[in-house]
Amino acid sequence: MPNLLSNEIRSWIGRSAPPIRLEVSRRDIIKYSIATEQTKKIHLEGDIAPPMFLFGTDKPLVSISDLAKDGLAKDVLTPPLPLKRVMAGGIRKKYFREIKAGDKLLIQKKIVDIYQKEGRSGPLIFVVYNISIQDENENVVMEITQSRINR
Amino acid sequence: MNEYFKVGAILPSRKFTATNVSLFLYNAAVWNAHRIHYDENYTISCENHAGIVIDGPLQGDWLAQIATDWVGNKATLREFEYTNRIVSYLGETLVGGGTVEECSDDSVRLNLFLKNSKGEITTPGSALFQLL
Repeated sequence: MPNLLSNEIRSWIGRSAPPIRLEVSRRDIIKYSIATEQTKKIHLEGDIAPPMFLFGTDKPLVSISDLAKDGLAKDVLTPPLPLKRVMAGGIRKKYFREIKAGDKLLIQKKIVDIYQKEGRSGPLIFVVYNISIQDENENVVMEITQSRINR
Repeated sequence: MNEYFKVGAILPSRKFTATNVSLFLYNAAVWNAHRIHYDENYTISCENHAGIVIDGPLQGDWLAQIATDWVGNKATLREFEYTNRIVSYLGETLVGGGTVEECSDDSVRLNLFLKNSKGEITTPGSALFQLL
């Protein structure tokens, strides 16, 4: 398997994005809960966010003209990889408390690893991110390790 | 030892079938414009997929529901993880389920899965709860 990871690509490990501030709205919890077909009233009425609710909130909001051909935003944590097709990988989360409507959160994201594997139909590059989410008292409410796959 | 959580206990299964509408709503809710989730021509011709791709994190959410719906108010979710191993496409029905893997006086760990119609596990996962 040829090594697709240059030193330049690997130098992205450790890079972090500017923090994102987020205020959780009841309406957004309700929208998410409807879209994911939650069954619990606490989610459908927007009191408590479902465990996967914060997915995507680590990404910066960019204008449509700043989206790539595949529809994805190119942000400061998108290394220039030789494989261009993107898929979601896996997620590991630690929860320290529930997320509620009205929470004011600070989201910090960095690249913690970039590695290559051979997949069923060719090489895959995994970019692994650590996402730390704190409340306004600087208490960590969630720690996330998330991978993005280029194929 | 809590009577509800016994090693080997089988969680109720649930079927999940994404539709064009539910995928649209999900991707709007998480603000995801990735074309593999709504543009079939692009997805097939440029990304070599067989059809519209069901979001991996949406499948992760379904797994989380399998776990948290069964546990209810008896415990608090502390850890959750999953891996998307096989791509699933719009039109597929996935079946979610799980088992109790480990139990102690204060925690319970569940093994979770989504399977496709071929019986393949597309998305394995696990969840750790702290008993209340």
